Order: sequence, then C-alpha cells, then structure tokens
Amino acid sequence: MTPTDSLSRASSRRAGRRSLAGTLERVLPRLVVAPSLAVALFFVYGYMLWTFILSLTGSRMLPQYNFVGLEQYARLFANERWHVAATNLVVFGGLFIAICLVLGLALAIFLDQRIRQEGALRTIYLYPMALSLIVTGVVWRWLLNPSLGIEALVQSWGFENFRFDWLVDPDMAIYTLVIAAVWQASGFVMALFLAGLRGIDDSLFKAAALDGASLPRVYWRIVLPCLRPVVFSAVMILAHIAIKSFDLVMALTGGGPGYATDLPATFMYAHTFTRGQIGLGSASAIMMLCGVLAILIPYLYSELRERKHG
Amino acid sequence: MDNVIRRRTPRARLLRAGLYALLIAAALVYLLPLVVMVLTSVKPIEEIRAGALLSLPSHFTLDPWIKAWSSACTGMRCDGLSGYFVNSIKIVVPAVAISTLVGAINGYALTKWRFRGSELVFAMLLFGCFVPFQVVLMPMARTLGWLGLASSVSGLVLVHVVYGIAFTTLFFRNYYVAVPDEMINAAKLDGAGFFRIFWRILLPVSGPIITVSVIWQFTQIWNDFLFGVAFAGFDSQPVTVALNNMVNTSTGVKEYNVDMAAAMIAALPTLVVYVLAGKYFVRGLTAGSVKG
Repeated sequence: MTPTDSLSRASSRRAGRRSLAGTLERVLPRLVVAPSLAVALFFVYGYMLWTFILSLTGSRMLPQYNFVGLEQYARLFANERWHVAATNLVVFGGLFIAICLVLGLALAIFLDQRIRQEGALRTIYLYPMALSLIVTGVVWRWLLNPSLGIEALVQSWGFENFRFDWLVDPDMAIYTLVIAAVWQASGFVMALFLAGLRGIDDSLFKAAALDGASLPRVYWRIVLPCLRPVVFSAVMILAHIAIKSFDLVMALTGGGPGYATDLPATFMYAHTFTRGQIGLGSASAIMMLCGVLAILIPYLYSELRERKHG
Repeated sequence: MDNVIRRRTPRARLLRAGLYALLIAAALVYLLPLVVMVLTSVKPIEEIRAGALLSLPSHFTLDPWIKAWSSACTGMRCDGLSGYFVNSIKIVVPAVAISTLVGAINGYALTKWRFRGSELVFAMLLFGCFVPFQVVLMPMARTLGWLGLASSVSGLVLVHVVYGIAFTTLFFRNYYVAVPDEMINAAKLDGAGFFRIFWRILLPVSGPIITVSVIWQFTQIWNDFLFGVAFAGFDSQPVTVALNNMVNTSTGVKEYNVDMAAAMIAALPTLVVYVLAGKYFVRGLTAGSVKG
C-alpha cells in the first residue's frame, strides 16, 4: 500500500464515519499492536538477517562487512569441533527425547489409574522443570562427582568395584547431560500426556473392555493413537529444548572433558564471544536456526492441515 | 471410568501394590537431587569429605548458606550471591510487568478488534517463541552498545521484554479467544471505547491468565543464563551467572556445601512459586502446546 493509497482510504473511511473519535477507535487496535510488531520485525526477523549477513563475512573480533561468500560455512563443516558438537546434539537430543517420551508416558499412564495422592506425586515429578538449568547442572555435577557422589555412595554400600565416572570420561560425558536433562524435563512430558489421557473419552475404554481386550492392549492399540498430537507437541518442545541447550552444558560439564560435550549452542557462544570468530559463530547460529525450522515447519504444516480437515 | 483395575482379585491387588511401589520409587529418584542438595548445604565440609552423600548431618550448620549469601567468591569478587540476587530481582520485576502488560493488550487487540492481517501479525509475533536465541546474540550485543545499555540492568530488562512478548501474547490471545464476543459487541454499541472495554470487561476476568503469564515470565527470566552471561557486566549479572561463576571458581579449596547452598538460594524463588502456584505453572507450560 502506498502512502497516498492509505491516505485516500483513510479519508474515504472518515467520510463514512460519524466522528474523528470513531476513526481513532478504528486504528487504535493496529496502533496498539504496532510497537510489538515493530519490535518483532527488528529484534527477531531483522536480527536473523543480520546474523545471516555476518555469517557471510570474515568477521573476527568485531563485526566487519568484508564479504567472503559461503567460506564460513565451508570452514564450519570442515571444523572438527563442530562435527563433535553436531554429533553430540544428535546423540543427546535423540536419547533425551526418546527417554522423556517413554518415561513421561509411563508415569502418566500409571498416574491415571486413580492413584491416591496423585497431586503430590505429580508435583514431585514436575518440580525440576521450575529450576534453572544452571542449578540442575550444579546439582548433578555434585551427584556425578566420582570421588564424593553416587559412585562413592554405592561403593560405601559394599559394591567396591562400582564405577560411575561418566562425568570425567570423554566417551561417556555426553550421557550425563542426557541424565540431567531427562530428570529436568520428563515430568513436563508426563504432565502433557496426563492432560491428553484425561481428554480421552471413557467410552473408548468401556467398548474395548467389552471386547475383552486387555489393559496394556487397550493402551497400545487405542489410547496411544489418540495421543498422537500430544506426542507431536512433546517432540517439538523437547527438540527445541535440546537444540537450545546451553546452560546445562555450561554448568554440568563446561563442554568438557576437552570439547567432548560441546553442543552447537556452546560452540556458537565460544566462537562468537570468547574466540573472536564472529563470522564462524554466526554461521553456526544460522545452522541452529535451520535445525529449528526443520522441526517447526513440518509441525506447523501438519497442525494447519489438521485444522483445515476438521 | 473403567480404565482402572477394578476387580479385587489377589493378582489385581498385587498389581496395584506394584504400581504404587513403582510410582513411589520414581518419586524418590526425582527427589534425590533436591534432598542431596539440601543435606549437603547444611553439613560441615569435613563431613562431606568423609563421604556419605545421603546421611543426615551430625553437626547441622547454616554457615554454608551464610557464606554463599554474603562472602563466597564468584570469580574475582568475594561478596557472595546477595548482590546478584538483587540484580535478578531488578531485572525480573520490570521485565515481567512490562511483558505481561504488553501481552495482555496485544492479545486483546488481536482477538476482540480483529483487523485485516491481524492473524498474520499474530503468526509473526509467535515465531519469537521458537527462534533459537543464538541467532540474536551478536546483533543484540551491538544494539545494546549503541543504545548505551550494554552491561546494564536496563539492557537485560529490554532483552527479556522483547523476547517475552511472543509468549505473553500467545497466553492472552488464547485466553481472550474464549471470552464471548457478545458482551464486547454490546459494549461497542453502547459507545464504549477500546481501553474502556479492556479495563471494564476483559481485565476483571483475566486473573488466571495474568497469573499464568507472570509465573511463566518470572520463571523464564529468573532462570535465564544465556542473556545474562552474554549481555551483563560485573554489576548487573543475574544470580544464575554468579552461581555458575562461583561453582567454577577454581581458587582455594572446593567447598561443596557452599556450592549447594548457593544453588538452593538461586533455586528457591522459582521453587516457592512452583509449590504455591503449581497449577498455573503447568498451565503456562502446556498453553503453547496443547492449545496451539
């Protein structure tokens, strides 16, 4: 819309309205939303573009606009540390999502059996979600401390050969992130599934019981398919948490031993803010954005399609 | 409801006992880190070095808490978490208030005064919920520098408001969609204006969603680490950043009890909110996913 266009529109509209106040009322809703839209355009979309542009430059300590094409992406994919970080994300994200789903669904189904004190149990399963990932990292670092934590505890019970030193083992350290993250988020998945289960019509169970189906069978064949949208949402949210994971790594392993537990988020931060590689860091940030979009777009697509088809 | 094991046969009883055992065992596992954190924070360091992670303290002490609050070292400085705790409050209070207010007005305008393109505007705002913040870090650092807000509390408030609006708008929009339009249309016919309708009709029924939004924003901002570590200066660091620095300070003897007390101090505000208003907390968590 050109300015003159909107002007003539406004004036023709005004002619049809009773007063100036009426016109004001008409534009007020737009006026009220406009600042937020402007903020989003600048701070979200503008910044995405800005970071993309930076990723095409040779910026090091400070942003510079000497364009080098896709060189930073080539460097990124040739970077050993990035490979470790990307592989770690696949391992960490995959395990984190899978275990949270299984555990969350199991807890939700068990809790849905008219359990006494359900509220208290639910509160206990969910409280870690209220904590900062830094707190979670600090606590688990203490629990996983080989000489004073769980390892020492189990050894003191008489199992002297018990080993649980994943935190300092470069090959196993990534799994400590999985443990802590599952502890933090599985209760949330439980809450999602529980809400989903409560939404299922009881007559389904009755019909299945009349047919003589066993309870596990009912859950597997009838309930689970009904929960498909919940599974979808949960995967979406968990994947999003996994891609953004930064705090937990910083507090639990610091990316170590070496860079064995680096994730894209810590890679990006280290290169952009401490190693003076803004161009490379920006390229990694854009790859993270692509990762989020790769999950988000199919999700939104299916959501919209479902809505259209009723 | 027939989705429960009803018949009281011995087998069913056994099954039910097993179910409870399983649920309680799971609860203990979830509680373990909190219990260990509390126990460790009230033990003298000698007791901790002797092992026995789960044993009750034989000499109960609050010294670790006092030290964590007022004299433990976070990097270069040794004046405890107290100053950073105050920083977090200074960041959280305005950021929560502003983002909730803006979200409420947005949600209201986008549902009760729909205009051409209002759905598109909502969709564009919503994307802010999904953007990985790594994409905005560097440009934001530059912008804060230009605005003269680098390393300041105000700068962090701005950042949290900017990236909180997407969530608060989502909350209020989904809530106001369910408020019947008839009342609003009647009020419009009576000549009530935009803000009057908001003030007299929408706001009085907004209690629950305001609670959800405040709790969500409070938890998110209090627990934030990324923005804090990227944009804060020495004088504006939030408590999460200070906690991480404290635990990673390598000078001197490692005092695990002080670390755990510090972690408790950083965790308490959100834990208390969760215990007091868990219902709203869950609603915030699920608002974006179940209702879509």
